[in-house]
Amino acid sequence: MSITEKKIGWDRNQMAQKAALDIPDGSYVNLGIGMPELVADFVPDGREVIYHTENGLLGMGQVPESGKEDPELINAGKKCITAIPGACFFHHADSFTMIRGSHIDICVLGAMQVSQEGDLANWSTGKPGAIPAVGGAMDLVAGVKTIFVITQHTTKHGDSKIIKECTYPLTGKGVVNRIYSNLAIIDVTDKGLFVRELAPDVTFEYLQQNTGAKLHQY
Amino acid sequence: MINKIVNSAAEAVADIFDGAIVLIGGFGEAGSPIELIHALIDHGAKDLTVVSNNTGSGHVGLAALIENKQVKKMICSFPRTANSTVFPDLYYKNEIELELVPQGTLAERIRAGGAGIPAFFTPSSVNTPLAEGKEIRIIEGKTYVMEYAIKADFSLVKCNLADRYGNLTYHKTARNFGPIMCTAAKTTIVQTKKIVEPGEIDPEIVVTPGIFVTKVIEVTNPEAESKLVAEDRRYPCR
Repeated sequence: MSITEKKIGWDRNQMAQKAALDIPDGSYVNLGIGMPELVADFVPDGREVIYHTENGLLGMGQVPESGKEDPELINAGKKCITAIPGACFFHHADSFTMIRGSHIDICVLGAMQVSQEGDLANWSTGKPGAIPAVGGAMDLVAGVKTIFVITQHTTKHGDSKIIKECTYPLTGKGVVNRIYSNLAIIDVTDKGLFVRELAPDVTFEYLQQNTGAKLHQY
Repeated sequence: MINKIVNSAAEAVADIFDGAIVLIGGFGEAGSPIELIHALIDHGAKDLTVVSNNTGSGHVGLAALIENKQVKKMICSFPRTANSTVFPDLYYKNEIELELVPQGTLAERIRAGGAGIPAFFTPSSVNTPLAEGKEIRIIEGKTYVMEYAIKADFSLVKCNLADRYGNLTYHKTARNFGPIMCTAAKTTIVQTKKIVEPGEIDPEIVVTPGIFVTKVIEVTNPEAESKLVAEDRRYPCR
């Protein structure tokens, strides 16, 4: 029986909330497209976080009210957004200076696979004929100080996404610092994968059975 | 007297020749110079190498230029977009080349091209398929890949305000690749929503200095790509 059928562990919002709790006050943060975008909804009150979007805005705000969208004010996912008071616009070379030059503190990304050494694959399955598309993912993992991955623990076929070695083409090698899955929060360290927190009703043994790499307990 | 203002989009793109390398601004539809692209379709130059972050959507703008078989090769970071079918169809049929570049490397290659830097080392794409065959260098213990600058024959850019010297400002996230693309082409062609008198743009807020710009045309009410796509419009109209 697959994990989704059993319905144990955290849902998407709870995963995003867990990641949000680990973003310190005053951080400059880049959120990937999809589930990472949810993280912005759960940053605790009292913390000020500035969101960077790689298409040229520092200080990304909420989704605009209906009718107030500007097609020239969009995020990296090409959705309409707003700019907060104190925001700034800049061109692409400056935007990636912020990324590659290690000025952004945290980036939250989705994953297809993460290896026990923190290798990330999230842009291509490498299938022949598929059109490859990479966007800014390789620059983000190469430059941002801390990389969080937020992902379902297993694929819809039940295969673990956390494995010894990635089989898909890499986005970056040894780049992931922490994984937020529906089953657990896992740190990637020099000594291997360490479980930081288990979701409710998930045991260490159950987690290990559903993980394609060796896990350690702190 | 310096006056970079020309009267029509057709006149602005008239010198674009077959086989040219053309930088086209925009991130999705934001900043895409759709009227200049349509003028290039009317002009008909072919075998172009186009550098742009995406490959357009629907059957207008960049997608229409590709659909009209004027583009031999795309250099971009993200060739798939919502409503993007033109490029994928040609790619599957092997009728268009693709050079996939990480977005930050794409930006820096263009910036370097404009700045007289022939190549540079970057950590982006190290240990990935996009670094295969490229020169690798270890500097202070960290691994980098060498990437060459992109220098173009033409760039097509959309801005918000321009004066006759070619000083430009942009609108919100439509700025994206515009300022760096203006620097990296022998001929930079800009469409602006409004032409103003010299001095009306505060020198403190000029984003692109006029020295980087060759020609300016005014397009007061540019088409919005997403609106045309939603209406299933095509260019040229059939």
